[in-house]
Amino acid sequence: MSGEKKYITDVGPPHYKDMVHPVLLKNYGKWRYHEYVAPGIIKHVSLNGEEVYMVRAAIPKIVSIYFVRELCDIADRYSDGYVKFTSRHNVEFIVTDKNKLEGLLKELKEKGLPVGGTGRSLKAIIHTQGWVHCHTAVIDAPGLAKALYDELYEYFTRDDLPGKLKIAIACCLNMCGAVHCSDLAFVGMHRKPPIVNDDIVSRLCEIPTLVASCPTAAIRPAPEKKSVIVNEERCMYCGNCYTVCPGMFIHNPKYDCISMWVGGKANAGGPPDFSRLAIPYLPNNPPRFPEAVQAAKNVIETWIKHAKPGERIGDWIKRIGWERFFTLTGIPFTDKHIDDFIFSVPTFRTTTNFKWK
Amino acid sequence: MSETPLLDELEKGPWPSFVKEMKRMAAVKPYAKNVLLQLERSYRDKITHWKHGGIVGVRGYGGGVIGRYSDLPPEEMPTPEVHTLRVAQPAGWFYSTKALRKLCDVWEKYGTGFINLHGSTGDIILLGAPTANLQPCFEELVSIGFDLGGSGSDVRSLSCCGGPAFCQWSCIDTLDMYHDLTMEFQDEIHRPRFPYKFKIKISGCPNDCVAALARADLAIIGTWKDSIKIDQEAVREYAKQGVNISKIAARCPTQALEWDGKELKVVPEDCVRCMLCLSALPKAILPGDEKGATILLGGKATILQGAFLGWVIVPFIKADKPYTEIKELIRKILDWWDENARTRERIGELVYRLGMRTFLKAIGLPPVPQMIYVPRANPYYFWSPEELEEK
Ligand code: HEM
Ligand code: SF4
Ligand code: SF4
Ligand code: SF4
Ligand code: SF4
Repeated sequence: MSGEKKYITDVGPPHYKDMVHPVLLKNYGKWRYHEYVAPGIIKHVSLNGEEVYMVRAAIPKIVSIYFVRELCDIADRYSDGYVKFTSRHNVEFIVTDKNKLEGLLKELKEKGLPVGGTGRSLKAIIHTQGWVHCHTAVIDAPGLAKALYDELYEYFTRDDLPGKLKIAIACCLNMCGAVHCSDLAFVGMHRKPPIVNDDIVSRLCEIPTLVASCPTAAIRPAPEKKSVIVNEERCMYCGNCYTVCPGMFIHNPKYDCISMWVGGKANAGGPPDFSRLAIPYLPNNPPRFPEAVQAAKNVIETWIKHAKPGERIGDWIKRIGWERFFTLTGIPFTDKHIDDFIFSVPTFRTTTNFKWK
Repeated sequence: MSETPLLDELEKGPWPSFVKEMKRMAAVKPYAKNVLLQLERSYRDKITHWKHGGIVGVRGYGGGVIGRYSDLPPEEMPTPEVHTLRVAQPAGWFYSTKALRKLCDVWEKYGTGFINLHGSTGDIILLGAPTANLQPCFEELVSIGFDLGGSGSDVRSLSCCGGPAFCQWSCIDTLDMYHDLTMEFQDEIHRPRFPYKFKIKISGCPNDCVAALARADLAIIGTWKDSIKIDQEAVREYAKQGVNISKIAARCPTQALEWDGKELKVVPEDCVRCMLCLSALPKAILPGDEKGATILLGGKATILQGAFLGWVIVPFIKADKPYTEIKELIRKILDWWDENARTRERIGELVYRLGMRTFLKAIGLPPVPQMIYVPRANPYYFWSPEELEEK
């Protein structure tokens, strides 16, 4: 084996001490407070009085290497060759010289990158891969995100919404992303049971795993053909069987659709909550998904009009009640809104105290 | 006429466009262009054109690469292999431009040139490379100091907030803990051998900027045990500037705050560390001194039985380097899950199926009221034989 290069694995990610801006390292764990300077700009002040400005700009989730190099050029000019990304895929520049802010903002503007996303604003939309990458994608999340952003642009660059607005989009029920805990969310949905391809199932799929993958026990083995049978009445089209087995083809452009969810949040400011169904069906209408975009605008504008300062969408709905939410938004209430899965009963109203509209 | 009339619609409008970005690569790389044209085709057909991935990867690893093949015939998609590499991000997504540029150079050589910064789990996502390029691409990534992250039934790449690098609220060293745990669990991250995925996320304080509680099987969230620290001078300064301190005190969910016009008093044992007053008066209020972490278990999205939010299993644990206690706890949980779970059963679902009682006993954690909102309302509880014989 002499002369052969040693095969190296498990080196792990680069060490953060080589990646973090030296001024941040110098004040590591010694921060005193922060201050909002303007939408997208937060000033951090350390115990020894050092000041750092973090400038946040939005970028598309899919970018080219050329774009990344351009970000590096900007970071070399304005933040000493260091840059940070956020958990919602924004980019942040770490500016230690206040006099550089103006130039940085100007360059970001020229590059068409919106600065904002801090405080009571629209946060960057968390979205999944869509048709560019995934075989279970019902809708193209990147496309819907872009269409929504164009309509909601100003809410990212301002911070005078009633509360922060976190939007997430998942192209299928696997929900790679936090759609189950977002103020507003879209999920791509099927509306027809899978079509079983016995040949593929028998050749490529493990039957017990496939049977167990179904949350409603709609799949049963059919040993005579080494395949399975779907009880179509029990199927709620989650696509989980297709995720584990290619023989359970479930895509159907004629019926596939988009659902909209509201009122969830993660931990910040009180206990978290799940997003709840607002609209069970919106057409999957690329490239610009006008119906879904309009539905989002309706809820957001109604919220802005009626919420008290500090209320996120879920807080607002909790205060006014869901019956009033449906009245104010004009969204029709249907049998789809009433839970009939495993944990349904706690969602039923067990009091005579409610509003009429 | 344009080859991508539908996608062209997504170049319009004020928000930066991913289609523009894809076109920049398509202009120089025929391979990237094929992906773009297939995407246009999906926009036309309203259906994905990817098949289930086959097993592809790099030598010595089981995870980190997602296999992806086109379902179109070769005349429509001449380069059907478009695999994705998940590359573990540096803690807190901090980069030197030097490192990022090197990454771009490698990716320019081996793939489409499309990147996500970052995927929702946290990795750098390198979108689209043919099978033959995976191994050399990986080896070159290692040579510039990067490594693959997790995928499949393994411990996934961790993620953490920026914490002490810029945030005064961080009660734990998120970046260091991220790096340390990532190195500790390299084998578990790279070589899938578990019932399903396992996600670990670290936030420095209860604001939970990485949404660990909602998204991680195991969430480590910084917290403190003693009282918040109030700088009365700074509170009075806020009041002088017109900030309505009474109103902020009134919003405290547990009425732990009282403002008499001169002093803001807190009843420490009533504070639940919701961060509301700290966020409203950042110059005046800080976390306490007795710092550590709360550990929550079971967070996940809907598949299979429903979404779970992580629930408390350890209300307070010391979280100082080398994090021995936390590592031991994680290993115990991984082992118990591995032994007891069905295929594709997440840890939260397993605990739901077998019960917290069984889980706590197996891991050796004491039951405490911080684990629940309310005690059970049904009388269906169990006694073990040992408990019956206790005096
Ligand atoms: C095979 C098709 C799939 C593709 C192409 C895909 C793609 C991705 C990608 C690129 C990420 C970001 C990864 C990272 O940052 O490291 C991700 C995260 C995620 N995936 Fe998938 N995924 C697939 C299947 C699934 C399945 C089957 C599930 C659930 C049953 C799932 C649930 C998730 C969740 C919940 C996240 C986000 C977790 C978080 O927020 O940390 N994915 N997925
Ligand atoms: S949400 Fe569904 S379709 Fe979208 S990337 Fe995840 S698994 Fe794929
Ligand atoms: S789509 Fe979902 S509910 Fe229907 S058979 Fe498949 S796994 Fe079961
Ligand atoms: S989670 Fe807490 S410590 Fe971490 S960045 Fe957010 S506010 Fe700061
Ligand atoms: S942190 Fe929350 S609970 Fe504690 S005193 Fe402040 S507002 Fe009240």
